[in-house]
Amino acid sequence: MNRILITGATSAIAQQAARHFAADRAAFLLVGRDPDKLAAVADDLRARGAKEVDTVVVDLLDLARCSRLIDEAVERLGGLDALLVAQGTLPDQAACEVDPELTLRELSLNAMGPITLLLRAAAHFETQRSGCLAVITSVAGVRGRRTNYVYGAAKAAVSTVLEGLRGRMGEAGVSVVDIRPGFVETPMTAHLPKKPLVATAASVGERVYRAMASGDAVVYTPWFWRWIALAIQLIPRSIFAKLPI
Amino acid sequence: MPSYQSWGRLPKATPAAVRRIYWRSELVDLDLGTPPVLPFGLGRSYGDSCLNDGGVLIDTSHLSRLIHFDSERGIVRAEAGISLERLLAVIVPRGWFLPVSPGTQFVTLAGAVANDIHGKNHHRAGTFGCHVRRFELWRSDGTRRECSPDENAELFRATIAGMGLTGLISWVEIQLVRIASPCLQMERIRFRSFEEYLALEEESSADYEYTVSWVDCLRSGPMRGLFQRANFSAGGGARGIRRPLRVPFDMPSFALNSTVVKCFNQAIFQLQRRDRISRVTHYAPFFYPLDRVLDWNRIYGKRGFYQYQFLVPNDAEGGFQEILRRISASRQGSFLAILKRLGRIASPGLMSFPREGLTLALDFPNRGQTTLDLLEELDDVVRAAGGCVYPAKDARMSAASFQSYYPQWKEFSHTLDPRFSSSFWRRVTAGAGS
Repeated sequence: MNRILITGATSAIAQQAARHFAADRAAFLLVGRDPDKLAAVADDLRARGAKEVDTVVVDLLDLARCSRLIDEAVERLGGLDALLVAQGTLPDQAACEVDPELTLRELSLNAMGPITLLLRAAAHFETQRSGCLAVITSVAGVRGRRTNYVYGAAKAAVSTVLEGLRGRMGEAGVSVVDIRPGFVETPMTAHLPKKPLVATAASVGERVYRAMASGDAVVYTPWFWRWIALAIQLIPRSIFAKLPI
Repeated sequence: MPSYQSWGRLPKATPAAVRRIYWRSELVDLDLGTPPVLPFGLGRSYGDSCLNDGGVLIDTSHLSRLIHFDSERGIVRAEAGISLERLLAVIVPRGWFLPVSPGTQFVTLAGAVANDIHGKNHHRAGTFGCHVRRFELWRSDGTRRECSPDENAELFRATIAGMGLTGLISWVEIQLVRIASPCLQMERIRFRSFEEYLALEEESSADYEYTVSWVDCLRSGPMRGLFQRANFSAGGGARGIRRPLRVPFDMPSFALNSTVVKCFNQAIFQLQRRDRISRVTHYAPFFYPLDRVLDWNRIYGKRGFYQYQFLVPNDAEGGFQEILRRISASRQGSFLAILKRLGRIASPGLMSFPREGLTLALDFPNRGQTTLDLLEELDDVVRAAGGCVYPAKDARMSAASFQSYYPQWKEFSHTLDPRFSSSFWRRVTAGAGS
C-alpha cells in the first residue's frame, strides 16, 4: 500500500492511521478543507518517513470536485493503491429535524461524497485489478436511533454501498474495508458529555491501518462494539422505538 | 478519560475549565482575565506544579505532531504535547536517541523543557535544556515568540525549568544523539556502604554515559543498594518493553506498610545472586522500568503519595547522610529510592533544579501530618546543607524553603506571563506579593 488518497485527512483518526503508513514509507495525497491543518499533517507524515506528501484543499460538499479527486491522485502519485475516506461531521440532530436543507448537507458530506469517491475509485481499482477501498463509518449506522438518525442514515448508506462493492470487487482482488468505530475521543466529539467505553483516536487509527493492510471486511473498533451492535440489532422494533437512545 | 490530577494525586485541585488545543494554527486566547491559565501535558509532575486550582488548564496532549526531522543531523522539531514514547518510536529506528531521558517516557516534550528534566547521563550531558535549540512560546498578549540562546534569550532561559509559567510552549526543537543500536551494555553492582557507592561513581563517571543507583532507605546502618552503569552498544538482540501491566484499582493505603517494603527491598537487594552482573538490555526496560506498570501510582491508594527529591552539594555529604538517617528512622520511605550524582554542566535554565551534587528521590505514602512533619524536617537539613528540592516533584514545600532554594525566583518572576499561574506558584510565593 504505497500510494494513498485520504479525504478528511485532518481528522484525528485519519492522522493516526496515516502515521503508520508513513512509517512504511507510503506516498500520500491528503484532502481537507483547512490549508494550515493540512500542512501540519503533511509535515508530520514527512518527518515520520513518508516518501511523498501532497495536499489539496477541497470542499467535499462539492460532489463534482470529489469525483475528480481519484484521477488527480493517480496523476499526482503516479498511481493509486488505496483510498481512505475519513471525512465526516457529527450533525446536530435537533437542528437537522427542523432544517431539511441542513439535513441534506450533512447527508451530502457524510454519504454522497464518500459514495462518489468510492464509485470512482472502484472503477480505477477494478481495471487495475488491485487496491483497497476503506471508509471510516460508524456503529451509529447499525440502526436508526432517535437521537442520531441523520448521522446513522448517512453511515448506513455508505456501509451498504461498501457491502455491495465487496461483492463486485472480490474477483478483481480489491479489498473493501468498512471500519465502524464506537465512541472515539476526537475534536468532533469533544463537546459531548463523556461516555463510558470511549476509545482514543490513536488506537482506532492503528486498527484502521491493520484492517487496510490485511483487507478485513467489517471491523468494529474497539472490538466489543461488534457485540453491542449485534445486541442493538436484535432488539425488537416495538421496544427499540421506546428506547431513549 | 483525562483526569486532570498530578501523578502523586496530591493535592486535590479542580480547574474551573479545561481548554484543549489540537492545532498550532488555532487562535487561542490565553488572556482570560481573572482565572489564570496553565499548560497541562500528561500530568506526570508529582505535586501541584501542573495544577491550577480554580484556574484554566490548557491541555496540550493533542498537540502531538512532528514538524521536521533531519535524520542526517539528528535535529527534530515537534509539537509540545508529543510524548517522549512517541518521539522515541520515530527516532530510534533511524539511529537517534534523546539527549537526556527521564525515568518515564510518558511525559511530553514541552514538559521536559518546562521542568528541565535530568537523567542518568547528567554527569556527561547536563539537563534536557542543554540540548534545546529553540522553541516557540505563546504569550497571553497574543504574540508567538521564537526563543533560542540568541533570540529572546531571556525568555529562553526563563522557560527552561519555567514550570509552564512563562507562556505556552507550542513546539520544541532539540538535538538528538547518535546510537548504533537500541540496546545498552549494562552492569549492575551491589554496594554495601556510602564509601563504596562514591567509589563506584568515581570510577564510572569517565567511561560510562549512564549511571544510576537504587538505595534501600528503610535500613539503618551502612547504606546499601545497587549501582547501574551502561553505554549504548553496537549490537542489538535484547527484547524491548513487553506488554505493559496496569494497576486496575486503588490499593488500600495500608498495603504498603513498612514490613512489606522491607521485604521488597530485601528481595531487590538479594535477588541478584552475584555482586556484579553484566548484560545487554533494550533501552526501554533500562530507562523506563516503571513504565511496565501503567498507573503504578495507584499502589499508594486514594490518599496519594509525596515524592521528595532533594540535592545537596558534594561537600555536604554529612547533610546527605543525616537525611538518610532520618528517613530510615522514620520508617516512612517507600521502595523507590533513586540516587544519582549530578555533574557540573550548567543548565541554561534560570530555575533549574539540577546542579553539581548528590540527588536522591523517593516516595512517601501520604500519612497526613506525620509525613508532612518529616518532610519539613528534611527541608531543614537540605537548607542547612545549601541544597534544594525539585519543584516538579513537590506538593508541600514552604514558601520560605522555596525562596531559599531558588533565590533567583524574583528575577524569574519578572519574566512570567502575567496571565499564567499554577497552584504550586501561588503556594511558594504566598505573601510575597508576586
